[in-house]
Amino acid sequence: MEILLFGIINSVTLSLTALGFTLVYSISRLPNFAHGALYVTSGYIVWLCVNSLGLNYLLAIVLGIAATAIIGALMYRLIIQRIRGMQISEIIATYAIGLAIIEGLRWGGLRGSTFTLPSFLAGSIKIGGIAVDNQRLFVLGSGAAVFAVLGLFVKYTKTGLALKAIAQDEGAAMMLGIDSDRKALVSFALGSGLSAIAAVLILPLGSIVVETGYNVLIYSIAVSIIGGLGSWGGAIVASFIIGFAQLLTEVFLSTQYQMVISLLAIIVTLLLKPSGIFGKQKELDDRV
Amino acid sequence: MNDGRDRKERIDRGIKVRSDGLYAVSSLREMLYLSGPRILLIAGMLLLPLLLVPFPYWRRVINILCVYALLAIAFDFLANCVGLVCLGGSMFIGLGGYFAAVFNVHLHLPVYLSIPAAALAGAAVSTLLILPCLSLRGVYFAIVTLMYPLLFTRVIEAFDLLGGSNGITGLDSFPGSYLENYSILLVLLAVIFGLRRVLNADIGLVMHAVKDNDQSVRASGIDVVRIKALAVFIASFIGCLGGAYLAHVYMWAGLSLFALDFSIIPIAAVTIGGGGILFGAVVGCLILVPLSEFLRFFGTFRIVLYCTVLTAFIVFKSEGLMPYCTRKYQQFERWADA
Amino acid sequence: MSILTVEGLEKTFGGLKALSGVSFSVRKGEILGVIGPNGSGKTTLINCITGFVRADAGKVLFKGGEITRWRPHRIARVGIARTFQVMRPFYSLPAYKNLIIPLWSPRARKEGGWRGGGKHGDRDTVAIDILEEIGFERDSRVPYKLASTLPTGYLKRLELARCLALRPEVIFCDEVFSGLSASEVASMLPLIEKLKMGGITLVLIEHRLRELFKVADRVMALQFGEKIAEGHYKDVIEDARVKDAYLGIEEV
Repeated sequence: MEILLFGIINSVTLSLTALGFTLVYSISRLPNFAHGALYVTSGYIVWLCVNSLGLNYLLAIVLGIAATAIIGALMYRLIIQRIRGMQISEIIATYAIGLAIIEGLRWGGLRGSTFTLPSFLAGSIKIGGIAVDNQRLFVLGSGAAVFAVLGLFVKYTKTGLALKAIAQDEGAAMMLGIDSDRKALVSFALGSGLSAIAAVLILPLGSIVVETGYNVLIYSIAVSIIGGLGSWGGAIVASFIIGFAQLLTEVFLSTQYQMVISLLAIIVTLLLKPSGIFGKQKELDDRV
Repeated sequence: MNDGRDRKERIDRGIKVRSDGLYAVSSLREMLYLSGPRILLIAGMLLLPLLLVPFPYWRRVINILCVYALLAIAFDFLANCVGLVCLGGSMFIGLGGYFAAVFNVHLHLPVYLSIPAAALAGAAVSTLLILPCLSLRGVYFAIVTLMYPLLFTRVIEAFDLLGGSNGITGLDSFPGSYLENYSILLVLLAVIFGLRRVLNADIGLVMHAVKDNDQSVRASGIDVVRIKALAVFIASFIGCLGGAYLAHVYMWAGLSLFALDFSIIPIAAVTIGGGGILFGAVVGCLILVPLSEFLRFFGTFRIVLYCTVLTAFIVFKSEGLMPYCTRKYQQFERWADA
Repeated sequence: MSILTVEGLEKTFGGLKALSGVSFSVRKGEILGVIGPNGSGKTTLINCITGFVRADAGKVLFKGGEITRWRPHRIARVGIARTFQVMRPFYSLPAYKNLIIPLWSPRARKEGGWRGGGKHGDRDTVAIDILEEIGFERDSRVPYKLASTLPTGYLKRLELARCLALRPEVIFCDEVFSGLSASEVASMLPLIEKLKMGGITLVLIEHRLRELFKVADRVMALQFGEKIAEGHYKDVIEDARVKDAYLGIEEV
């Protein structure tokens, strides 16, 4: 029972972190390697707001999310939009930006574990005889809420539908008058905002460390490979697989094995079904 | 300045035209024009260790520069000749280095055997690890190569494998520092020449075709995955060779072999120096590696710097230093009527 | 004698059923025309048969052996070549060098009598020979011109040359006449006939019905992913469903 509960929490946490990455890829076919960097940046911004500027926590959170979304949008507008279409350049550029941000933060002082964000809810409750801290439950609930909201957004709002259309067929969407560039901008902003939301929810559980930037990137990549690049369902399923696998190894073996699980899962996926669980073998379909 | 004319045209210099083809042998001047830069560069590289005898620190830097150059060439080859963007060059250095350590320390192979063996082993493992994603979209290659070095570090640390955070010590060093310098320099030159020949041969054209139009290649009955695997093997062999060499220079193989520098400097070097011509990668390294030494004080800020410069070069679609210089050498510009 | 048989081929893309149960066979040495309005699944059909797209269901048999779901290069190696609607030759290379890639493939080396490796001279001669077969005169400058300077008609022939380098038994031509003027098409027809004379089976996917009917032995019509008619062209154009699909087919 305990395993089930913590497994679910772990999985949802994981899927939240991978969310921004999946969104951006599914819409603009761009792997946003700066995803991890944005995640950590948002946490840092919130910390700054609270500790250096003395702002109210809630306000800081809103600012943090907004700021990250703006950074993401700027990143697209100033840099990526100029090199759209040149795949090699796009990949290198997001990678370079992500690295610059993470290492910049490391150089700028984000070292050690002195940076923490307070939890929203203190204390814990007992579910079925097991103590779970409220923060984790909040993450669980929020995670579900975020997914629900996103699902509705994509289904029922005009922008959401437009984003979905571009994801399916950019050319046709453009012919229908959907401005691909603007929507890519929106998707980047949205993806960055989601990274921030995930960060804000999850970082209070630990401390803000620069390494997290890389770890988030690894997890997002792992989830994408296992679930299929750009596939929502795949991302969620993959998160659950990794989440539970991690928990089981932690319980039965030891904590060190966490990263290994990701590695093993990726290798197994690449061996058995390289395009991932819900990945479509689109390589050839795409262009002929 | 352009007296009302508004079209800039580029015309080959007279001497270039005269030295095209067989006519070059007709005059000393033309032959010098053609061979001058090449001889200068090669001679320069070979003389460098001798010139720096009074500065042993900088002679060390040359060794490291050559390793970076090998990585940069491998990246250039993969990205611009086959279309695969390798974001994790440090994977090759790490694999090569650790294999060399194992071969040398645990299996007692001498230096001149452990390095090639490590290169081969590293290349085989790299190719096997990357193989499954070669039949998928190019993006997968980038993602997977990005991830492997990050994962390897964490796994080695977590399991305390292969020496864990301390690494494997006790590797033999080179018998003589001149050997250390020149062996890698000669390897670098050999790699450049060798790769150039490969690229000019039919297989090189096939690889280029795979990058530009792989549907057509498939329709011609060629297994694209096999070609890509061959390219990955070649590139990883080169990278692992550098890694094995480096481990012997440091006499130690540790987690720092998977450092980010090894992944990002090659990419920056190729972008700055010019892609697709192999020598641009070397030029880029000639600039970046000494710079990296100077910037040691600034900690990881140097990575921020490389990344920013790299992004700037990409965004402004610069052709790179080497193509620029080549163009200036071969052509001149003037204004003409539209 | 049937060289290629397709049974019940199906393919769905997301919500769109591109092919629903298409079956037909191609006789050895014939020219089969495939017609149909846009979106009827013609290109998907070629893609499924030649391996570029995985069919969801159905079978493809070549000379009795099953080749369904084989990878494209394997299918090319057994002798089925295809052209691409959107051509992407190597613009920076001369015409004859564009053939290096197909000549390098295992099949070309086996069937074409050219050893491979060895001297470039041999390979280049073979390339020029092939170009001559498709109409680039050996002594003219055309084979040596950069692909970027060649007009569309020549590029279409180059595309066919690429197929010929494989010494194929079947060639699928995806809208080879598109983008050409009437006279250019007229000059390509003898080439098509010549290929047939050489023993190659041709499947021509076309929109240019008038020209197609001049060379095709049989014609097959597709609409919405289904075969709606098959036979001699005169019978096909009289078919009510075909008329319905193509308004104004009478004018042909």
